[in-house]
Amino acid sequence: MAKSKSAYSIPGKIGKIERHIIVVWVDNEAGVLARIAGLFSGRGYNIESLAVAEVDKKKHISRITIVTEGTPQVIEQINLQLKKLVPVHKVADFKRGEKDILFRELAMFKILGNTKKIEKVKKVCKKFNPVILDKTKKSVVIQVTALRAEIDKLALDLKSLGLISTSRTGAVAMTKGSKIFS
Amino acid sequence: MPKLLSGAEIVFKVLEDQKVEYIFGYPGGAVLPIYDELKNHKSIKHILARHEQGAGHSAEGYARSSGKPGVLLVTSGPGATNAVTALTDAYMDSIPLVCISGQVPTHLIGTDAFQECDTTGITRPCTKHNWLVKDVNDLSKILHLAFEVATTGRPGPVLVDIPKDIQFKKGKYKFFKNTLRKKLNGKATHKLSNSDLDKFIDLIKKSSKPIFYTGGGVINSGPEASKYLRELVSLTGFPITSTLQGLGAYPGDDPQFLGMLGMHGTYEANNAMHDCDLMINIGARFDDRITGKVDEFSPGSKKIHVDIDPSSIGKNIKVDLAIISDVTELLKSLIKRFKEKNKNFLNSNKQKTSKWWEQIGKWREKKSLNFINSDKIIKPQHAVQRLYELTKNQDTFITTEVGQHQMWAAQHYKFNKPNRWMTSGGLGTMGYGLPAAIGVQIANPGKLVVDIAGEASVLMTMQEMSTAVQYRLPIKIFILNNEYMGMVRQWQELLHEKNYSESYTAALPDFVKLAESYGCVGIRAKTPSELDEKIKEMISIDRPVIFDCVVDKAENCFPMIPSGKPHNQMILGPEEEEEISDEGKVLV
Repeated sequence: MAKSKSAYSIPGKIGKIERHIIVVWVDNEAGVLARIAGLFSGRGYNIESLAVAEVDKKKHISRITIVTEGTPQVIEQINLQLKKLVPVHKVADFKRGEKDILFRELAMFKILGNTKKIEKVKKVCKKFNPVILDKTKKSVVIQVTALRAEIDKLALDLKSLGLISTSRTGAVAMTKGSKIFS
Repeated sequence: MPKLLSGAEIVFKVLEDQKVEYIFGYPGGAVLPIYDELKNHKSIKHILARHEQGAGHSAEGYARSSGKPGVLLVTSGPGATNAVTALTDAYMDSIPLVCISGQVPTHLIGTDAFQECDTTGITRPCTKHNWLVKDVNDLSKILHLAFEVATTGRPGPVLVDIPKDIQFKKGKYKFFKNTLRKKLNGKATHKLSNSDLDKFIDLIKKSSKPIFYTGGGVINSGPEASKYLRELVSLTGFPITSTLQGLGAYPGDDPQFLGMLGMHGTYEANNAMHDCDLMINIGARFDDRITGKVDEFSPGSKKIHVDIDPSSIGKNIKVDLAIISDVTELLKSLIKRFKEKNKNFLNSNKQKTSKWWEQIGKWREKKSLNFINSDKIIKPQHAVQRLYELTKNQDTFITTEVGQHQMWAAQHYKFNKPNRWMTSGGLGTMGYGLPAAIGVQIANPGKLVVDIAGEASVLMTMQEMSTAVQYRLPIKIFILNNEYMGMVRQWQELLHEKNYSESYTAALPDFVKLAESYGCVGIRAKTPSELDEKIKEMISIDRPVIFDCVVDKAENCFPMIPSGKPHNQMILGPEEEEEISDEGKVLV
């Protein structure tokens, strides 16, 4: 018998994987984050990073920024499935690398070292809006804002300069210019 | 100032305003205030199940046969977890259910209190939405919203979890209508565009090998949808096939109907799907039991997909024209526009599709639903055929369990009206049919309701016979008894070298005696010669009946598309069985 090549649950051709940033406006109510996260885990989608905070205190609207990866078909499903959730108001979808969109992540680094070393650290971080949040004779906590890949690289560079602890947010996004997404 | 009502009173006020007549449920500690209030509301009748899963499937049967939402009332903890199977079943098959669950008092939530569980957490992935009520003043709004979410867009189950203290507390009642203003659960407000309709009509006119592929969406859209579907199919003269859930939307005995498609569909329906040049999907979702091998699914066709749920479109199969709409609205507008410009289309187009019909005729000659009958032993297909012949002259409602008997019922029982066929398709829940029949009978008093069952499935919810007896519901449980979990046995025969691992039930009850102990009637048929008479006897009894139909133990359900095969490679019967590849074996 000829070998059967496919089957019910084996997918056909897998499309090219793309990285997308999905912004979701939701009612800030109990369980809303679990609904979003559950949708992703339940349907086998991937969350790379997640940032949530209430952006409208009066209407209790939170803005969730999710970085995810998937084939165009999967990304489309993520958008459509999110829109079906009752507390979701709107969903915006941006492809990584789109021109008219801004992304930022924030990171805090704790570094041990003498003044000389710390000066070096400041230099390395110079391009990424460094802010010294705390300083002692032996240590420094420094905050930077940058793109994900830049922070990845920075963390690597700081390793040899005494980095002992890293804390990072997920990415947040906003469109350029005067327009807003509606 | 408006009169303050207790939470429990608010629950019933909402149910009354929503015109709910029946609730299916089971009491317990955390819903006692609601049960206490029941006596003051005579327009609402409570049906006491024997298990919350049974109550849930009964509510599903009620909803599917009546077109109204089913209402379910359960207690906290095990009451809620027992309802999960029914909720998931309703979610998969798009059935509107409103489940009200009790919860431990607010101050005990999170303390692992007696009969506490995270009900909203557990039911989040199996409901369209759920709510935990924390303030009695939100209760009426949430409950009205719950009915709205359950019944609009693509229907489905919702759950409202009400802590016991909220049921006692006094609060304001408000009647809310259409609280959900946003693009509802998939754009219920979506406007049909004329250009889409014109594209639709253009594709119809260009096609020489068309097929309608219709599903449960037609049923869910209401009886109007079936009416329009019949009109469109007759206007075009195109062949039509239906999914398991769509049966009844189009008459099963009509010459344009090719029978059900899919894994156990007819040879003609599956081949027509594979070879067509235009596939018109109305209210179906390209489920894996339908598409088989996705890469080789209907390779040469243009595809139109009409669905109310935008996320159904493009999920499994890419389509050429996607229309997000309620089926009734789409068909109504389409037919109107089609008629305006295409007078006498049927006759003028006959020539174009004549070769296609000829080809379909050739496939039909294979008579793929045929089986080798016997005069010594009852063949299960024969039993379903006889049941059909002896009940087709009255308005009969059929439910099923899950397995071989379900597929034989779908193949051999011909449905002529929507809402007459209730089966668990998406989730495939064994034990669905008996409690569903209870709900169907409640919604349709005086009608004949038959659960075509398997002996393994029916034992999963057998306790509900007691419910049927209590409410004098003359449901008929027609068991095709082969002592095996037949579909499991069939797959083991075809895929696992006949290693019938744990699929034989060695100690079955005597179903006739079981019926008697429940206080209903037991009938057993063992030979083909006595079958008709016994079926007639069953129909004539105005009480619940368990019918033990002893059938051939080794019969397999054909035709069948084996795992890993495209549509045009079906196994037609036992003589054609071939080995299935290792890759195919992995799949279910």
